Amino acid sequence: MAVYLALKEIWRARGRFLLVSLVIALITMLVLFVAGLAEGLGAGNREFLEKLDADLVVYQAKTELQTTTSRIGTSKLNELRRVDGVKDVGPIGLSNASLLYEGAAEPLNISIIGVDPGQPGEPPVFEGENFRTRRASEAVIDRNVAVRTGIQVGDTITIKSIQGTDEQFYPLTVVGVTDGRQNFLQPSVILPYRTWDKVRPQGIPGGDPNAELVANIVAVQLDDPAQWEQMAARIQTEAPDFEAVDRVTAYKATPGYKEQQRTLDTQRYFALLIGILVIGGFFQILTLQKVAQIGMLKAIGASNRVIGLASIMQITAITFLGVAIGAVATLLLSFGFPPDFPIVFAPNATGLAVLSLLLIGPLGGLVSVRYSLRVEPLTALGLAQ
Amino acid sequence: MEYALQTINVSKVYDSDGSAIRAVDDVSIEVARGEFVALVGPSGSGKTTLLAMLAGLLRPTSGTILIDGKDLGKMSDAQRTAFRKQKIGFTFQSNNLVPYLTAQENVELMLRLNGRLDGAGKERARELLDRLGLGERLNSLPRKLSGGQQQRVAIARALIHDPAVVLADEPTASLDTERAFQVVESFSEIIREQNRAGIMVTHDLRMVRYTDRVIQMRDGRVERIVSDPAEIEAIATVGHMDALTMPLFAAAPQPVLTVA
Repeated sequence: MAVYLALKEIWRARGRFLLVSLVIALITMLVLFVAGLAEGLGAGNREFLEKLDADLVVYQAKTELQTTTSRIGTSKLNELRRVDGVKDVGPIGLSNASLLYEGAAEPLNISIIGVDPGQPGEPPVFEGENFRTRRASEAVIDRNVAVRTGIQVGDTITIKSIQGTDEQFYPLTVVGVTDGRQNFLQPSVILPYRTWDKVRPQGIPGGDPNAELVANIVAVQLDDPAQWEQMAARIQTEAPDFEAVDRVTAYKATPGYKEQQRTLDTQRYFALLIGILVIGGFFQILTLQKVAQIGMLKAIGASNRVIGLASIMQITAITFLGVAIGAVATLLLSFGFPPDFPIVFAPNATGLAVLSLLLIGPLGGLVSVRYSLRVEPLTALGLAQ
Repeated sequence: MEYALQTINVSKVYDSDGSAIRAVDDVSIEVARGEFVALVGPSGSGKTTLLAMLAGLLRPTSGTILIDGKDLGKMSDAQRTAFRKQKIGFTFQSNNLVPYLTAQENVELMLRLNGRLDGAGKERARELLDRLGLGERLNSLPRKLSGGQQQRVAIARALIHDPAVVLADEPTASLDTERAFQVVESFSEIIREQNRAGIMVTHDLRMVRYTDRVIQMRDGRVERIVSDPAEIEAIATVGHMDALTMPLFAAAPQPVLTVA
């Protein structure tokens, strides 16, 4: 009975209910875009550290976990290796440069990342092959570079960096493509460690051949990854020049990361709150318009259960329809975004956003359901006061 | 004799700013199956309050209401709701129909509420609407029907589920004279044919000519009951919106009756 009443009313007043659904669809689009943006910007900041094949990330002590200020000489890596429970370590250098490639209208700003071949920190290659030596003039590009530039394995790219006061150009052969590894919102080009040290921006063109190699962070693999907390404490005790943290702590320490995520989360929650109020308001108005009708239905014998269920079903159906329209529209619109647009519809975050949107309808409509339950059948006789 | 509807010393007292208002005061009436009764009286005389109690929408302060032999006072709210949809048919002054259901769907609604809608029920709804002159408007939504047509759909809905008692609250209030007569005439005919007990609250005394008895209320009490067909016809002939004319008419000279 409740289903019958709910669906009949929706169908016969489809214009009105479609309007409510479209408003819900717009709120859905807003929430999904903000969620996608939060995910995209977050991923852009954390992707490299998040996917690092390391149990711990080690920084220079007292650098507040900032990759740009942390400097670890390679001669000190043995201190880390000697800590009991450390399986392997890999130095990682992080810097910025520009990428020149065939057909480019302008250079692409990239993050250049130096890794030791075969050591922790070297990303897996999904197409092509890994570096052959620490000095090879080779590069592995991340998926973001591949998508945005069309560069393929076997192509030659040129990295431009400022060394001293001059621009220097370094031609490299692309040997592989890895998955998305953005760092500081820039697509990444991964280089063998020695090559990176030569290419990165620095005071002396090509670097000082007598200077010690310096990494920004060190990827550490442990014998027992489950013991990472104890191992982080042990590293700091036995090698006090270092600070070891897990990857989540590492990427959350990225400058602006937490603030950015808080801002976007606030927008998302605010959009959901607006959704609750708007949907609640809509259904309250619809219910107020139906007081006489609800009173009449109760007077002829419809129970509160029937009235309440019909009301809940309508709200749920309209919310589902609105969320579905909004989700499909968001998906279609997202196809039109340029590849560098920082929006990612990750299954978990998108699923959670859709779930919360599906809940706001019934939540917003609770007041109107309660109101409809309180309508007295005497209203039909004009007696209820 | 078991009546379809019987009230025994029914009263309803409201508390208003500390003073008791007796909206219905010690009313005892009976209506048998196949009988159509008019409940008349001035505004505030307690007609609608009594109707609400007969429908189980209001609990009396004291007294007993029996519908088909069942004491409404002994039922819980949920039981009264269930009883209402099974045993009572209802038409209202306005907002009678569900606006998003067609005429036929509105009539079938009572069968749906009772879980009794089947092919035979649908056919019966069609026949009833056809009988009330709405055979061509089965699939019309209420907004496409005139006031009289809407009232006739409401009457069909009040009768479709074989209720013991049919209650009508001012069924002609929003109708023109011709349609009002048509509606009440059809109503009374079907009430008698189907052997229901019908009670109609009305301000329009012209309508009482289709009833078997007229119960006049004043200040919550039954002031007068008229059962004589000639006298009822006379009341209807003088017909006035103000029921206060009734006692005057009772004393009116005989020629009026002979003319009628």
